Formats: sequence, structure tokens, C-alpha cells
Amino acid sequence: MSNLRILVATKRVVDYAVKIRVNAAGSAVETANVKHSMNPFDEIGTEQAIQIKEALVKAKTGTAEVIVVSCGPAKSQETLRTALAMGADRAIHVESDEELQPLAVAKLLKAIVEKEKPDMVILGKQAIDDDSNQTGQMLAGLLNWPQATFASKVELGDKLMTVTREVDGGVETVKAPLPAILTTDLRLNVPRYASLPNIMKAKKKPLAKFTVADLGVDIKPRLQTLKIAEPPKRQGGKLVESVDDLVDKLKNEAKVL
Amino acid sequence: MASLLTISSRRVPTRLGRLASAVSHQTRHYSVIDHDQKELQNLARAFADKEFAPKMQEWDENQHFPIDVLRRGAELGFGGLYTREDVGGSGLGRLETSVIFEALSTGDVSTTAYITLHNMCSWIIDEFGTEAQRQKYLPQITSMEKLASYCLTEPGAGSDAAGLTTTAVKKGSHYVLNGSKAFISGAGASDVYLVIARTGGSGPKGTSCFIVEKGFKGLSFGKKETKLGWNSQPTRAVIMEDCEVPVENLLGAEGRGFSIAMKGLNGSRINIGSCSLGAAQASIEEAVGHVKVRKQFGKVLADFQNTQFKLADMATSLLSSRLMIRHAARMLDQNHPNAASYCAMAKVHATDESFKICDDSLQLHGGYGYLKDYKINVYLRDSRVHRILGGANEVMRMAVSRTLLV
Repeated sequence: MSNLRILVATKRVVDYAVKIRVNAAGSAVETANVKHSMNPFDEIGTEQAIQIKEALVKAKTGTAEVIVVSCGPAKSQETLRTALAMGADRAIHVESDEELQPLAVAKLLKAIVEKEKPDMVILGKQAIDDDSNQTGQMLAGLLNWPQATFASKVELGDKLMTVTREVDGGVETVKAPLPAILTTDLRLNVPRYASLPNIMKAKKKPLAKFTVADLGVDIKPRLQTLKIAEPPKRQGGKLVESVDDLVDKLKNEAKVL
Repeated sequence: MASLLTISSRRVPTRLGRLASAVSHQTRHYSVIDHDQKELQNLARAFADKEFAPKMQEWDENQHFPIDVLRRGAELGFGGLYTREDVGGSGLGRLETSVIFEALSTGDVSTTAYITLHNMCSWIIDEFGTEAQRQKYLPQITSMEKLASYCLTEPGAGSDAAGLTTTAVKKGSHYVLNGSKAFISGAGASDVYLVIARTGGSGPKGTSCFIVEKGFKGLSFGKKETKLGWNSQPTRAVIMEDCEVPVENLLGAEGRGFSIAMKGLNGSRINIGSCSLGAAQASIEEAVGHVKVRKQFGKVLADFQNTQFKLADMATSLLSSRLMIRHAARMLDQNHPNAASYCAMAKVHATDESFKICDDSLQLHGGYGYLKDYKINVYLRDSRVHRILGGANEVMRMAVSRTLLV
């Protein structure tokens, strides 16, 4: 009988469909009064954890407890509620209004891992606001756990996970003993909609809160953003007469050769 | 009537995109819907964006009734939104229901309108049926394994619904029904038909409500109507020729038919109005998208004051409609004695105003709005009928004036 505890990390980000712009001060992307939702790769992570639980229950070989965690301001609870509505069992909110960079989040998650002792931690490969692609890897480093990133397929064995990864050269399969870190890529699964009954039930599921101080973590940013600017406005195209002309333009105007 | 004027300033629901951002910032602390209701709205909008919107034009063009997609929605709970949970319903209130239908309509008005009619039938059985009837029909209706249609209107009885002439005569273990119903949404495809027929004398108190099933002897359907809009749902006559209905399929007591029908229609006023809101919302979004890219006289249409003022007026009109619909929904939820009049006023206002908004949006599209390549024509055509059915807006005015002149 395997009873797994799976911790899923989620982040509340600006919705992928929003046309973002730089704020008036030129210091950051404008997030006030802009639609937010769960990071799409984290939705995939939540879905994967729930699928693992459902597979265990269906095969009658055990069960899983899916705990979803998010680090951020009070509104992060919306994201947690969405995950609970999809089918997670309980939620943890690490509340902070400060800027949380990947290393800080990894340290906070490490503190949660030490409390909850999960068999797996599932994270999205990156958040679509900062595209860092660091938190899962840093968490593995801090915990000294094995990691399988950019997962497009996961199979669980006895205290073991076999993961197919999408990498630049193609597809790679790795095996890692549990406990381990998994980060999700796009083709791992298609997240379910929360159903209306589950949205109502989610209100009653437990949501625990911690502050950064409770966990004793130093979250001071190590990276400083120097400048944020919109990409240059798209110029009109030009027709070229010959291949030589094209090469000349690529070399001397676009400067990509 | 003074209570009509006491609605305080409320926040524009965030679905109006950037238009709303400015307004919602100012009225941050007031919200018509709470956080839980926003979750429901998010789900419905996500479903509409993904399952309805890409197919809306195709379903309209091909008159395709998307039963498989309806059932996917039913899996999420859309099949019995305000039906009780023990039979598979979602047990929500009318306000949540309105929010959900409005969000679904942004993806496809016609299909959502069908869902609202199915929901009304589900509620009628839930509210007025015996326990045996509830358990027999509702689990399959809430899952949309069985589809339901509401049959009140007849060729000779539209606005004058109480003048209906379909008869139901008790003969031993059956009622025998004779007559025909017109303009029935879902007819032919549905499995369950709620039919109002005359069991007694003239007028509303001589009518009763029956659960008629496809396959009952004597039940047949007319040809599929060709309509201006609402093309993703079939509309047919329902014909009863010595149609035999078991006595246990009488819903509620004899003589209660019209009363049951009217109570169902109160909710339907909110539902149809909500579908209009969704059409208007989507039309504004479409217009905003277009005027930002279309250029004339050296600038985008969005830079002309006419365009700006027009959009502002459209948004203001939508807000007024939305507030009235949600206010009336709340009154229904609270069983307010005047709820019916507020539902009537909200229905008239929302359906009239939303059609104008769709029309204004088409105008902002210029010639492109007239091409079926663009979606706006579907919203316009679909929302046109909302001024006619569910109680024509003229009938709504009759109902409201009665309460004023009492």
C-alpha cells in the first residue's frame, strides 16, 4: 500500500491572456487591476498530483494527500482556492507582501517540506511573469533531493519515479528515488475545470497560514532589477531584391549574423 | 417604488477589461458579487472561452445542436444550477445562476439560452414534483443524460398564454392530451417535456402541468424551424394526438398548471436577461478589439471621440442592465413579495438595452460587422429573440403596470 504525500507549489501571476504594459514609473509590469490567475504550469502540477491520487485510489494500491502551497500576498489565497476546487486536499499560504525571488521561495518551500515531509514536490517549470525556471532546481539543491525538470510524462513505482523530460536535444528519460522534485512542462497533462460542486466544497477545506517570520527564512532579494522597458515597436517590413541583399541586411542592419 | 432608486454605487464587474479597470479602481470597496461568486464566474467564463467561443459561428451556420458539449458542461454542474443537490443539482441561488449564464453567453448565447430553459424545467420538477418524480427524472436531467423542454406556447396562445387550448382528459390510469405547442426549444431532441394543458374550465386556473416523455403514444414533432438566430438549438412544434400520459405524471395538483408555469418563468426572466448581458458584454469586447486596430483618416477609430463616447454609453447601459438583473435575482433568492415585477422590469431593460449594445457594436465594426466572418452578427441575431420570448417585453410591461396601478 503506498500512501503518498504530494506538495504542489503554485503562484498567482498575471493571466496569460492579458496584454501587459510597463507601469508609469517604468519600474515594473503594471499589475494593479489586472486579471490574475494560477500560473499555467502550476495548474498542470496540481492536475498531475490529483491524477496520481486518483490512479492510486482506482488501482486500490493506496492513496495520496495533495497539499497545495503558495507564497505571496493575501490574494494568493484565490489561487489556493482554485487548486482546492480542482481536488487538492488542503492548502498552505505563506503570506508576504515583499518581493519573493526564486531563491527566497525555494527557502520558504524547504521550510514547508521540513514540516510536511512530502514524498514529492511538484512545481511548474517556470512562472510566466518572471520566466526564472529556478525555484524547483534551487529547492532540490537546498534539500539535496533528486530533481526531474520539464516533465512531459511521469510514472510512479515503488518509492521511485520515472520521468520523461523534454530537453533541447529531444526527449530524455530519468529515474529518481523518492522523495524528489518534479517540475512540469506543457505536455504533461491538460488541467481539469473545477466543477461547481467542487468549488463549493473547496470552501470547507483547510487552509493554513504562515508568515515568513514563522518559518525563520531570509527572503532578502539577491537580484536587483535595473530597468524594465517594452520591446521596440515593430517596424514595417522591407522587400529584398536578392539573397546578397538579404545577407547584407541581416549582417549590417539586424545585426544577427 | 422608492426602493428602486436606492441602489448605491457599485463596482463594475471586472469582465469589461480595461474599460472596467478605471471604474473599478474608484469603487474598490463595493462589489455586486463576492469572491465565491467570482470563482463561479471564472469557471463559467473559462468554459465558455474554451468550449463555446471557438465553435459559436460554426454551430450557428450549421444549425448544430452541441449535445456532447452540453453534457460536458453538465459534468461541471451546469445542468441543474438551482436544482437541489440530492438529485445532482448544484444548489446555487439565482444570483450565482445569473452570473454563470452571463459568463457562458459571452461564448455562445444560443447554446447558453438552451441550458437556461433546461434548467428551468429541472427546477420546476424539483420544486413542484413529488419525491418519486424528483428521483425518477432529475438525476438524469441534471446530468443532461436526458434533455428537457418547456411547452406552454401554442399557435393560438403566445402572449395570451392563459388562452391555451391543449386539453388533458382523465381516462382511468391516463390523461389523454390533445393539442399542439409551438416554438418549443429543444423539441425533438429532448426526452422530457413539461406540458401545460387544460384539465378544467377556461383561464389559468383550469390548467395543469404534465411530464410527457418522448416515446409516449401520440406524441410527435413538427418540422425543425428555420430561425434568424438561436440556431444551435432545434425549435419545433410539439404535437399531441390522443397522447397518453400516466396519471402519476401530473406535476403538482390539477389546476396549478399556470401558477407553476409562471413561477418557472420568473426565473426565466432573469436567465434570458442574463444571456442578453453576456451578448452585450461580448459585443463590447469585440468592438473594443476592432476600434483599436481599424484606421481611418490617419488614426485608429479608438482615437475618435464619437467612438469613445459610444463605447462609454454602451458600457453604462450594460452596467444598468446588469445591476437590475442581479438585484432582481437577489430578490428572488430572498422570496421578496415584489420579486416578479422586478424580474419583469429587469428583463425588459436588459433585453432591450443589450440588443442596442450589440447593434451599436456592429455599427462600430463598420462594413466588417456585416460580414459573417466577424462574430458580432451572431450576438445581434441571437439576442433579438430575447425581447420576444420568456414573456414578450410587452407582456412584461403589462405585469409591471398592473403593480403600479393597483
